[in-house]
Amino acid sequence: MSENIFDLLQYSFFTNSLLAALLASITCGIAGTYIVARRMVFISGGITHASFGGIGIAWFLGMNPVAGAAVFSILSAIGIEFVSSRSKIREDSAIGILWSLGMALGIIFIFITPGYAPNLMSYLFGSILTVGSTDLWLMAALALFLAVFFAGFYHLILFIAFDEEYARAHKAPVQLFKYLLISLVALTIVLNIRVVGIILVISFLTIPQSTANLFTNNFRSIIFLSILIGIIGSISGLLVSYFWNIPSGATIIFAFVLIFGIAKAIQSLMIRADIRKQQGS
Amino acid sequence: MAEILELRDISAGYDGDMVLKGINLTIADLDFIGVIGPNGGGKTTLVKLILGLIKPMHGSIVFHDPGERNLIGYLPQVSQTDKKFPITVLEVVLSGLMSVKQGFRAYTRSDRDKAMEILGLMGIKHLHRKSIGDLSGGQMQRVYLGRAIIANPKLLILDEPNTFVDNKFEHDLYALLGELNKTMAILMVSHDVGTITSYVKTIACVNRNLHYHRSNIITQSQLAAYNCPIQLITHGEVPHTVLGEHIHTHHHE
Repeated sequence: MSENIFDLLQYSFFTNSLLAALLASITCGIAGTYIVARRMVFISGGITHASFGGIGIAWFLGMNPVAGAAVFSILSAIGIEFVSSRSKIREDSAIGILWSLGMALGIIFIFITPGYAPNLMSYLFGSILTVGSTDLWLMAALALFLAVFFAGFYHLILFIAFDEEYARAHKAPVQLFKYLLISLVALTIVLNIRVVGIILVISFLTIPQSTANLFTNNFRSIIFLSILIGIIGSISGLLVSYFWNIPSGATIIFAFVLIFGIAKAIQSLMIRADIRKQQGS
Repeated sequence: MAEILELRDISAGYDGDMVLKGINLTIADLDFIGVIGPNGGGKTTLVKLILGLIKPMHGSIVFHDPGERNLIGYLPQVSQTDKKFPITVLEVVLSGLMSVKQGFRAYTRSDRDKAMEILGLMGIKHLHRKSIGDLSGGQMQRVYLGRAIIANPKLLILDEPNTFVDNKFEHDLYALLGELNKTMAILMVSHDVGTITSYVKTIACVNRNLHYHRSNIITQSQLAAYNCPIQLITHGEVPHTVLGEHIHTHHHE
């Protein structure tokens, strides 16, 4: 390590990646809590991989890959939600098909595009150190929208997510909110592909939440705690990524798992201390 | 007494499979209807129809005050909800107000006081900060009942409320329902015929068809005439006055 961490801050690429880590933590913290609470991890994995098809097609057509991924992932998110509520195809099978179809389309279109193939590695594993200002503005807009949306409709979101049938019996706008929220999940996934990559983005949406869930069962607390865990994990991962030249997705996710392991150990100790206290009293 | 809703010649089912046929039922203010019938006979389908969760294939449901927002409070079967969902007991009870709040306004101080009062009524005030998953089946049942009644509905629908309930709370529950029945109509689905008939006012036997029995006293032969074969499960001290001569018969499939 030839450089001091603080010297790094004078480089704009580094401050950009710090900001990206912060915004990824906020967006994934909010959307991920919804995903984990509603047990939508597999759906989210399907949306993530389907978005690769959008990247490939956009690349082939000479368009912005992120825009292609956004369109593709929102359409597949709405498609999954529609299939699972209307048709007789089993939801998990539908997700499995979409999952691999997206990857296949992405690879086909990238390979039939003449000229240089894009750096596949950066889409698959993330490259937080190359995040540009457009990415940051998009992520900031999404973070703001998610925060306002969840704060404004917190009780209604919880009401519908907790007991959909009860909400429908009370004429709550269940379908509207399900489609809105799954679209927001899709957007969150797409905008975070730059940071951690397609293969690992699902971890950013689940590991901090599962860690937070060890200590609290309150939806709101899980959001705030997973944002905090996201910031700690992603900045640690970012530093390791920079100094050892490893794709950022891998280092960030590894940091998350490490935090989860430590948290789990602390939680076990807390439970044991609790039992001892109860036995003592 | 004023009518709340009316089911007119309704047929309903799933995917073309008809579960209920030619159903007529009127629910009026302060009714207390016990819905009994064999498993798979359509009791839950009837509940879903009234709640608007499924549409009838034929016939219509007429609401006599369609503008009323907090018309129905609903206690689902406990097994239907996600027990690991990160939500607190207080939040679940408060969410019963969503029907009147339309989701846009936050809960007020008085909403919270009301929720705490209801939790007190259920004897689980001390659990209000707990996560729903930390509760026993009986405690959960009380929380859901709290959610169902917090908005003062005109009609309370209970689907198998006594499934996970311990004997002590079962007694309290029926006492509470008797109290609630002074201000709202109740429709209660139960498999435990022997017990419910001593609390309800009238009985609806549901087995593809619906036979309405304008009394809470029903005999085995009447049940047979209604084509309503039900398993009589008697545990311990069951009120004896309500069923006919076969009260102690154990029917098993």
